[in-house]
Amino acid sequence: MALLQLSEPGQSEAPHQRKLAAGIDLGTTNSLVASVRSGVAETLPDEQGRSILPSVVRYSAEGVQVGHAAKAAAAADPHNTIASVKRLMGRGIKDIKSLAGRLPYLFAQQESAVPRIHTAGGDVTPVEVSAEILRVLAARARDTLGGELEGVVVTVPAYFDDAQRQATKDAAKLAGLKVLRLLNEPTAAAVAYGLDTGSDGLHAIYDLGGGTFDISLLRLHRGVFEVLSTGGDSALGGDDFDRAVAEWILTQAGVREADPKILRALMRDACAAKETLTQAERAELDIQLPDGQRWQGALSRAQFDALIDPLIKKTIVACRRALRDAGVKPEEIQDVVMVGGSTRVPRVREQVGEFFRTEPLVSIDPDQVVAVGAALQADVLAGNKPDDEMLLLDVNPLSLGIETMGGLTEKIIPRNTTIPVARAQEFTTFKDGQTAMAVHVLQGERELVADNRSLARFELRGIPPMVAGAARIRVTYTVDADGLLQVEAEEQTSGTRAAIEVKPSYGLTDGEIEGMLKDSIAHARDDLEARRLAEQKVEAARTEEALRAALAADGDALLSPEERSRVETQLQRLADTARGADPKAIEQGIEALEQACEFYVQRRMDSSVRNAMAGRSVEEFEQ
Amino acid sequence: MAITMTESAAERVQSFLLSRGKGLGIRLAVKTSGCSGMAYVLEFADAAEAEDQVFEDHGVTVIVDPKSLAYLDGTELDYGKEGLNEGFKFNNPNEKAACGCGESFTV
Repeated sequence: MALLQLSEPGQSEAPHQRKLAAGIDLGTTNSLVASVRSGVAETLPDEQGRSILPSVVRYSAEGVQVGHAAKAAAAADPHNTIASVKRLMGRGIKDIKSLAGRLPYLFAQQESAVPRIHTAGGDVTPVEVSAEILRVLAARARDTLGGELEGVVVTVPAYFDDAQRQATKDAAKLAGLKVLRLLNEPTAAAVAYGLDTGSDGLHAIYDLGGGTFDISLLRLHRGVFEVLSTGGDSALGGDDFDRAVAEWILTQAGVREADPKILRALMRDACAAKETLTQAERAELDIQLPDGQRWQGALSRAQFDALIDPLIKKTIVACRRALRDAGVKPEEIQDVVMVGGSTRVPRVREQVGEFFRTEPLVSIDPDQVVAVGAALQADVLAGNKPDDEMLLLDVNPLSLGIETMGGLTEKIIPRNTTIPVARAQEFTTFKDGQTAMAVHVLQGERELVADNRSLARFELRGIPPMVAGAARIRVTYTVDADGLLQVEAEEQTSGTRAAIEVKPSYGLTDGEIEGMLKDSIAHARDDLEARRLAEQKVEAARTEEALRAALAADGDALLSPEERSRVETQLQRLADTARGADPKAIEQGIEALEQACEFYVQRRMDSSVRNAMAGRSVEEFEQ
Repeated sequence: MAITMTESAAERVQSFLLSRGKGLGIRLAVKTSGCSGMAYVLEFADAAEAEDQVFEDHGVTVIVDPKSLAYLDGTELDYGKEGLNEGFKFNNPNEKAACGCGESFTV
């Protein structure tokens, strides 16, 4: 029979309706998967009892290896073994050039904007490599939980931009997973400690991993975490601790040169010594030297601390900068959450605690805390918790709109709408035979395009030529739970479509959002006037446009030279008025022109009816 | 009339209760749903109702409502592993047939 898990009172699911969900920490060096079972969020180990899956993928003619086996083969097969692919996610060829010198991979030469890595198993993109890692973790979750996953929460660094987030989502999709939400890694760590259910306040997440350091300051406000600032060093981590110890050993042993094999062994010994020193005061060393001899010695806690202090100091400098960026003092921080294996080092905890003047939170395994937080969030999003329990609800802070004729902003998703949300609106063409339409995506509360923030522009091309106003172009704005905006324009009769994606709040601070809101209130009246004027100008332009088109088509055939010049004078008069700033005058001008042209419009209609009937018998029209 | 549990099941329940931080014990029940008649319910229990039957085994309090007890009498709750998956098992002598997936049963 099936294995059952304990549920909260009244929360038992009907058979086959269990909603299995998992949280995935897709890390640069290591990845983990966690899930909530019987009310407890835990990482899920593999058959060998290992929770950690090295984020390493090896491609060969025989197939794909992921994790420990791939990592073990990295030294022997560097070109086909891809590690740290997270650094390449969402990056273009140009971004990667700066990194490529340090990466052993062969990048395939080609036109596309997405870099492809050349391997024995074919060319692969970073998204495909990440998808392999996700596939292995998801399979582990399915085997452990005994069913298909409803969805997953994948964590991403807080500083990931739109392209990097989208690439992560694409990887999950490619792995056949439904992403319930992308969650910022620091937010996940805070959720793991239950900080989201606590009182509003400021929290720091100190994440020192194997090769990277990140500091994030979060503000909890009514159950929603907001990232105030981030900082760090993408080339600083526990590996540097090992290197410092290895160099110390070399100096102590009087060794000047060592081959790579000896160095690798030495790094392993240094790492072991570091791990010993988290518990013990002293680590014994017995090292193989290049000349075949051995060196014996000991490293004390105090010596180790002295070796790594300069490195810890670097992280503290980054913390100070992050605080300054957020305009926060160290003592305002309520909690410091420790993430990453290197925060096990007692000296790190001590220094961080001293800087923030608070005891850091360390009770959850620092390697697992992000995955655990993601699992808790996944459990909620999959619908396994009562509704009133935490849900990191977000709203879009500013309205999202589109530019219409006359430089006006038409709001499509008003501000404070809870996301995810999708809204659509229909637009049409302005000119006869118009085959393209520019879509200008805007953010802000003001009426005029010039006063709002421009997010993106794209063009819908290939609209079939029709008379002005006949085309039906449906523009859909979709903001997902991660704040990603997708704008899609589709011409309904032909199905021609174009789309673009943007991250609206990217790069906007609270202050700027507030400023944009205040402006919109202060300028409400001006904006109304500006809108009326712009609308009348558009109307005038439309009337002029139609009349000019008509004159060009049959002006000479239907009008005498005097009549034509009269119409043109009136047309010119409106054009002059429309350049002014009086909406009322323009409105009257339009009316005057329409009156002056009434006879012409009448003649045009008669003539088009005549043309339509020419050469046909009456019977044809009676059918 | 009794409900029992194996030692491994009791250990797991106790550790889950501990990490949950509250709770009187666990509640076992059946409900009519699923593809083969009945489905088991296994929940944390914060309180017992007046008509509930309360058992204790290996230091764990097990609460069962009288209607469910008719279907569950003699059941032993076990905890086991199947590959990577682990969880609780109802060894129910009243069970005559289960659906393919084992999530529901008939008596």
